Amino acid sequence: MSVSPALGPAIRRLRANRVVMVCLVSLLVLAIVALLGPFLTPHRYMDTDFGARFLAPTFSDWHLFGTDELGRDLFSRTLLGVQVTLFVAVIASIVSLGLGVAYGATAGFIGGKTDALMMRAVDALYALPFVFLVILLMVVFERNFMLIFVAIGAINWLDMARIVRGQTMSLKQREFVDAARLMGVSTPRIILRHITPNLVGVVVVYMTLTIPQAILVESFLSFLGLGVQEPQTSLGALVNGGTAYMERAPWLLIVPATVLALVLFCFNFLGDGLRDVADPKQA
Amino acid sequence: MSLLDVDSLTITYRGSRQPVVQDLCFTLGRGDTLGLVGESGSGKTQTAMALLGLLPASAQVDGSVRFAGEELLGAGPSVLNRIRAMRIAMVFQDPGAALNPYVRIGRQIKRILVGHRICGGDEARERTLDMLGKVGLPDPERQYRAFPHELSGGMRQRALIGAALLGQPDLLVADEPTTALDVTVQAQILELIRNLHAQTNSALLLITHDLGVIAGNCERMLVMENGELVEEGATREVFSSPQHATTRALISAAPDISSRYWLFGPRLTPTRYSRLKSSASVFASGMQYAVRSSRQSGRFHSPSKRARPWPSSANPVPAKPASCARYWA
Amino acid sequence: MLRYALLRILGAIPTLLLVVAIAFMMVHAAPGGPFDSERVLPPEIEDNVNQAYHLDESLPEQFLRYVDGVLHGDLGPSYRFRDYTVTELIAAALPLSMRLGALAMLIAVTAGVSAGIVAALKKNTLVDRLVTGAAMIGISVPVFVIAPLMVLVFAVFLKWLPASWAGGSGPGRLLMPVIALALPQIAYIARLTRASMIGVMNSDFVRTARAQGLSTLSIVCYHALKPAMLPLLSYMGPAIAAVLTGSVVVEEVFGIPGVGQFFIRGALNRDYTLVLGITVFYAALVIALNLVVDLLYGVLDPRIRTR
Repeated sequence: MSVSPALGPAIRRLRANRVVMVCLVSLLVLAIVALLGPFLTPHRYMDTDFGARFLAPTFSDWHLFGTDELGRDLFSRTLLGVQVTLFVAVIASIVSLGLGVAYGATAGFIGGKTDALMMRAVDALYALPFVFLVILLMVVFERNFMLIFVAIGAINWLDMARIVRGQTMSLKQREFVDAARLMGVSTPRIILRHITPNLVGVVVVYMTLTIPQAILVESFLSFLGLGVQEPQTSLGALVNGGTAYMERAPWLLIVPATVLALVLFCFNFLGDGLRDVADPKQA
Repeated sequence: MSLLDVDSLTITYRGSRQPVVQDLCFTLGRGDTLGLVGESGSGKTQTAMALLGLLPASAQVDGSVRFAGEELLGAGPSVLNRIRAMRIAMVFQDPGAALNPYVRIGRQIKRILVGHRICGGDEARERTLDMLGKVGLPDPERQYRAFPHELSGGMRQRALIGAALLGQPDLLVADEPTTALDVTVQAQILELIRNLHAQTNSALLLITHDLGVIAGNCERMLVMENGELVEEGATREVFSSPQHATTRALISAAPDISSRYWLFGPRLTPTRYSRLKSSASVFASGMQYAVRSSRQSGRFHSPSKRARPWPSSANPVPAKPASCARYWA
Repeated sequence: MLRYALLRILGAIPTLLLVVAIAFMMVHAAPGGPFDSERVLPPEIEDNVNQAYHLDESLPEQFLRYVDGVLHGDLGPSYRFRDYTVTELIAAALPLSMRLGALAMLIAVTAGVSAGIVAALKKNTLVDRLVTGAAMIGISVPVFVIAPLMVLVFAVFLKWLPASWAGGSGPGRLLMPVIALALPQIAYIARLTRASMIGVMNSDFVRTARAQGLSTLSIVCYHALKPAMLPLLSYMGPAIAAVLTGSVVVEEVFGIPGVGQFFIRGALNRDYTLVLGITVFYAALVIALNLVVDLLYGVLDPRIRTR
């Protein structure tokens, strides 16, 4: 896989792909709307109103998406959900990134037996149902917000490690690495200052694929009641809540489910598109 | 009536304005041996693929290719499948990639007979074994059961040649059949092709970038450059008095080879061939250099140490053996 | 081949041990003991309880005791379901979960492979775009979104199928859970098969087969199918893990009394041994199935087989 040096034609190709551009724009719009959320509606996400429970979506009183079982406005809660979901996903992806890059770059750079061993470990860990371990973790160390990021990040680092290792191995052959070595730069320093900056391209592309995975895990945890806690909410938690009342107030399920699906869809498409642009040979 | 009649063949790929093959015309009669030579990218392989309809969908093919009177371009799959392997067969460049690594050799080859409903089961097996023996495989039974990765490059190519001839085609197209093989093996494969050609009297279209291969195997030759046909004629005449700059550059870049091949012809032995071939790799790079530099400056820069005068009125092209007289010694 | 098989088998054992160790460590790193939330016990009874559950031993001893138990099929007693051991609970719930999972995998592979092959052969036509688009939706929408939505549409609005396990009888109540579980996998498998098939159809040996005048059907059946299916086989490992994870959600949403439900109950009830036991069991299952897949791969790929 090439570190695309030709950025101009790559961006042009990206622009040409209509659906990818639509997804990118949608995501940006969504992010902006979510950030502006509190200013777009008079209701706050935690305001309960027992006189207005289970309201169907209506324009009156600015309950655009209706209200939930406690009378809270679904629109503002959905916006919060988007904020939290994206935030958690990005941070968790950065954790994955950190783990993956550290592991992969080291394995790729050192090469030889160490690399073989490290990669065998990755292979072994690859098909494990990590999620169960994460659930176990969340159950045991309950309600620890920091832990969510680490836990989710710990699930997705394997892919990143593999990609980074491959990239490092090809970069290792290049001349500037030899030059640095000849000048006596130590190995960790080489990895840090020379190899890592060149990995940026690959990493960005794969981040767009790790983020939806992180969203999935976080939503899964929230669905089981183990993720983000009240009164905060994420899209997964909203779906969970909506499931309970789906007969009485279907919009409580439909709205967050649709938003979640759209976000994931856009990220996946974007990631695919970016990957095609960066390396058209890779199917 | 000629066997193969190619008229104004033009191949353009979608999204590109420059055609990879332009207005190519040639004919081939029964039992002929025709060599198609040119640099990489000159359109030789594209031409071969076009004959059998193997070009991808993004290729636009114009012109006419008539085989025994039947038009092949734009023909439907049923027509093409009838022709392929039975009337026209093709051998590709890299025998390792051309064979399915997951299926045993015998089964892959036998499939030709079964797929074309010539015979089935045991008889197909017998015929395949027979052919494997004919192409010189030392232990046909064992090779029949083997997977491709268990065979050497030369053996694989032999098997593929056998597969190509299994349907008794009227025309065999060999696209750089020896390029991917070891030097000593190359001579053996070419000899095999020559022998089989003599036995079956099928026509042979030999595509290569190596003039030496042409010299030893083909009666007539075509020279292509950038998708266009620049020279054609009987091999001996082309070698002795090349008309086009490209041909001259090709020949002049390795004069040793052309003259010695021309002399040795069928008395080619592996040693001689390998000696010539090793200078051919110099030749190949020298060829590119020669062609380009002669185009740029109008003068010819020979990469060989002995500079040769360019044929002109003061220096007319001598009759046939003169060019080799200099290198006899 | 033999070396390949031995290596794989030997590699599986430390992996399993690693998982057991991690899970075990996690459970025992929990702040407070498993009985903390209950009534405060007088010290003597607490000592007795601790002794009975071997909680007074050092951590490595407890670990070894646990591993020993695992090797004998004993995953310890459940902390909450007092009269049952974890093994008994799993054994009771397993048949249903297995049925759910196996059916889902079967449907996923059949539908996914067919869709993938069709899309690959009709590349860039309407059929292909439909399949690719549907697959993209399939991998984007998680199981816990599909399942409730399906219930909403088919059980609440249309009233065609029962909304939960308890709400009906017979095979009808398996239909939605199985499909909900299978859908994301159908999407992944379709995408994978399509890409793999396209790659194979563009390969040199397929070009040779075309030059040999074989029909497309012939080429697909005799030349293309086997190489194209190999990446799918490699994916089976992660696919099984994904189905296991998804089954937890599906069982929860549809109220199916399977292993997944026990897992959730255990998680919410702080029944540590149960959760630990199920995690270990699932991990062992996944590792074993991966091993089978790896060995199968070795058998099917002649380059490994004849080495």
